[in-house]
Order: sequence, then C-alpha cells, then structure tokens
Amino acid sequence: MRVSSWVLLALAPLSLASLMTGAASLDPSSLGADPRAWMLLMESRLPRTLAVLLTGAALAVAGVVMQQLVRNRFVEPGTIGTAESAAIGLLAITLIAPASPVWVKMLAASLAAMAGTALFLALIRRLPPREVLLVPLVGLILSGVLQSAATFVAWQTDLMQYLGIWLMTGEFSGVVAGRYALLWIAGAATCLAWVAADRLALLGLGEQTVTGLGLNPVAVMRLGLLVVALVTAMVVVTVGMVPFVGLVVPNVVARLMGDNLRATLPVVAAVGAALVLACDLLGRLIRYPYELPVGTVLGVLGSLLFLWLLWRPQRA
Amino acid sequence: MIEIEAVSHRIGQVTILDHVGTRLPRGAMTALIGPNGAGKSTLLNLVARLLPLQEGRIAVEGLDVTRTPSRALALRMAVLGQDTAIGSRLRVRELVGFGRWPHHQGRPDPADAAAVLAALDAFGLTPLGARFLDELSGGQRQRAFVAMTFAQATDWLLLDEPLNNLDMAHARALMARLHSLVREEGKSVVLVVHEVNYAAAWADHIVALRDGRIVAEGPPAEVLTPAILCDIYGMEMAVTEHAGRPLVLHHI
Repeated sequence: MRVSSWVLLALAPLSLASLMTGAASLDPSSLGADPRAWMLLMESRLPRTLAVLLTGAALAVAGVVMQQLVRNRFVEPGTIGTAESAAIGLLAITLIAPASPVWVKMLAASLAAMAGTALFLALIRRLPPREVLLVPLVGLILSGVLQSAATFVAWQTDLMQYLGIWLMTGEFSGVVAGRYALLWIAGAATCLAWVAADRLALLGLGEQTVTGLGLNPVAVMRLGLLVVALVTAMVVVTVGMVPFVGLVVPNVVARLMGDNLRATLPVVAAVGAALVLACDLLGRLIRYPYELPVGTVLGVLGSLLFLWLLWRPQRA
Repeated sequence: MIEIEAVSHRIGQVTILDHVGTRLPRGAMTALIGPNGAGKSTLLNLVARLLPLQEGRIAVEGLDVTRTPSRALALRMAVLGQDTAIGSRLRVRELVGFGRWPHHQGRPDPADAAAVLAALDAFGLTPLGARFLDELSGGQRQRAFVAMTFAQATDWLLLDEPLNNLDMAHARALMARLHSLVREEGKSVVLVVHEVNYAAAWADHIVALRDGRIVAEGPPAEVLTPAILCDIYGMEMAVTEHAGRPLVLHHI
C-alpha cells in the first residue's frame, strides 16, 4: 500500500508540471481569458501528458504480461522482437497498400507483433528450462534478426526514415490532439490485462499447475499475447519504442509487492506512467527549450535503476 | 474409482508406459512405487490430464479425462506436480488461495477465504502466510504446495512425490494428515513415493511399476515381499514387520 500511495502522490504534481512545461510559456491564470493559452493546453500539453501516461502504464503492464508468459524476469516486448515485428507489419502494409486507412495499418502492426511474439514463445519452448539467461538472449537475437530484415527491406524501398521513427528512441514531441488516439487502445489492452490478472498470475506457476486448476494454459497465453502485441503495436505506431519501462518497473514492483497481479498491476501501471512522465519532463527541461527524446533519458535512468535493483542489499 | 484401461505412452521411440490397466480404489490411499523411470509420474500425469493421453482410456469417477471439461475435473481431483520451481514471487497465502480457483474463478467469497485459512492451519503454515515463497526453505515451500492442493477441496488428491524436500518429522506429519483425510473425510489419495516404507506404513493399496508395466498391485502385505521387491528394484532386501505392517530393510 505504501508504494502505491507514494506513486499516486507523485503522479499529480508530475502531470501538472507536464501541463505547464514546454517551449511556449503557459500562464495558468490567463487560461480563462486567453483563447490561445487554452488552445495550447488542449491541443498540445494535455494530449502529450495523456499520451505519456498511457504509454508508460501500458508498456509497464505489457512487460509484466510478457514476463508471466515466459516465466522469466529478464524480458520485455522491446527486447524480444515484438516491437520489430510491429515495425515489419507497418513496413509491409506501407509497401503493399500505402493508402490504407490508419486502422488497417494498426491492424497490420498488431498482427505482425502477435506473430513475432508467438515465434519467440515457440523458440524458447525448445530451450532447457533451467537456463534462465538463455531466454532473454534468444529474444535479443530474434529482435536483432527481425530488425536487420526490416532494415534491409526499408533500405531497398527507401523507407528508412519511417523505420527510424518507429524503432529509434521514442519521443512525444509530435503528439498533439487527435494524433495519439491509438494509445487509448493500448490503455484498453492494459485494462484487459487487469481483468485477466488472476489468470495471468496463475500462468507464472507453470502450465501443469494451471491445467490442474482447470484452466486452459493455451487460452491464457493467447490472451497475454494479445495484450502484449496490442500495447507494443500501438506505442510503436504512435510514438516509437520506449525502452526499459517494461523491464524495470515490473521488477521493482515485484521486489516490493510480489507477483499477485490482481494487487500489483495497478501499481505497475502507475509506476510506469510516473517513470515515463518524469523522464519526459527531464527531457524537456535539460536543454530547454530544446528537447531530448524520452527514450534517451529512460535509457540512462533505466539502466541506473536496474543496477540499483541488482546491487541493492537484500532484506533479511 | 479411477479406471485405467490399456494406457500406453511413448516419447519418441521410447515406451514409457506399455498397456497399463488397473483400478485405483475410492476412499483409500494408493501408493505408486517403482524405480526411477518406471513410469509412475507419467501415469499420474496422464490421470491428472497434465499430459495428453496417447492410447487407452482413463476415467475418474466415470468422467473420461480426455473429454470432460478441465474445470469439472478440477472440482473432482487436485494435482500436485513435481515441477514446483516457480518464478513468481507469491506469498504463501496467495499461492494457497489459487487452489480455490476452480471454485470461484477469480471471485473468492468468505467460504474460499475460510478454506484457505484452514489449509494453512492444517499444514502449520499460518505463521508463514505473509512470507514470499522464495524466502522459504524447500520443505516449507513443498508444504505450501501441498496446502494449495488441499485447499482445492476435491474428493481425489493426486500427489507426485509430495515428500520431496521434507524432513522426517514433516514427512511423517504429511502422511498422517493424508491418512486422516482418507479415514475421516472419505477422500481418495494417489501418490508417488520413493521410500517404500511410507507406502508400507500408510497406504491401503500399492501399485508397483517397472519399465512401464504394472508388476504387482494389492495391499502392502501382499506387494512388499522380498521376491516382488527384488523383481521391481533388482536388489535383494529383507522385509520384517512392525506394528502389523511390512517394514522393508532396503538400506542395509
């Protein structure tokens, strides 16, 4: 409880700061009188803040779900090829039917993300179960292979710039009203994970136990796959991949609160949202009025957090 | 009653079970014994529908395990598998609480909470309820898993080597507990044990396997004879009697 209340306490001032921070100055007292200030708030600051919160929460939850699916703590959708698969889906639909509407592109990205993640799951089934570190390694190799394939195709077809937007460090400076609607789908997928929280938590106990309790492990895995793929695809399409959130946040929360997802998923979502928002704010402030991509800030902060996690003295 | 008819199981070219057929009695404790690789766990996992049935037929209380919905089976039999190495960081009471899943499907009511408390109490885990599993000793963790199976409150309990990691005191306490479940609550227990003397002391019925076949079955006094034991384990051992039950001197 302590953790969750701290994070909730931090979210409010962070969100307020995010609404007030940007290249153009915003005077809260003039909001009622100045239509331009109002427009700045509603068209840029609020959408950006919401987009950051949704992305952080969804990526953190997708990280938890991914870790339950493979029963391994060292993976997240960004390190096992899910993001690269989504980008390949986007690339394919851009080449085949460039004029297709957004929902078709989104569908293509989601389906490809699902296929890529399913491929990863199929691969790691063949690994010896005790080799914990082989799982993330295979993920890194798979994502490397997928990324090279995407790069090759993009290079040949002159689409490297698109690929860069999707897979390079994600950033939120381009988010304005009406251009982040897809993230609400990621948010919905996060809610789906919460509805299925008990089932996903059970998955962590292994397929035998799940079967013994009368659940179909394959059905639960499909559901988890859907959540991971939807979240990743929507984030990749809208802001590009944001690293580390799905890895660090679930690990920190599991250390403090355990893996009873019914209780921890809301905390995971809140911590993820707060972390990405704090990093986005930092990125906006470090070289004000210029911006650093949130992905870069997270890369630095996230790795520090992870090192702290590894070296922190264990409680007796 | 669990009916097993002409069950065979192969992994690649290797035959694990070869036309096994038997009936496991209701309201009794049945022990599956045999050397490593005899097929005990495979047989138990097939009954528990944790492995797909390749050949033959298995029915639990008349319910065919391949056709009955998994949830209906989960209300009839609880299973403790051998793979209890879990990655999740759960508290003991959360783990035991998951044993109630077939009853509440995610919406526990006060009866479920009471069953969890009773299961924790029955296995001396009440003081450990709030501890994380990865902070427990192997034996404590094993007891937590048995308690989870117990919380499922089914007529049948299938336990694959439940004595793993348990010290003598806890092993005996668990066997006594299972025995009283059978005697006083009319439950049926099937377990895989390695130490034949636990089977000798507590089981009502023994099924002995070797190389994927049933070599002998019946009450302990009939199965645990020097001749049969030598046939199963391939070594000579004396059998004496203690308190009216066979005692196998396999360690000297």
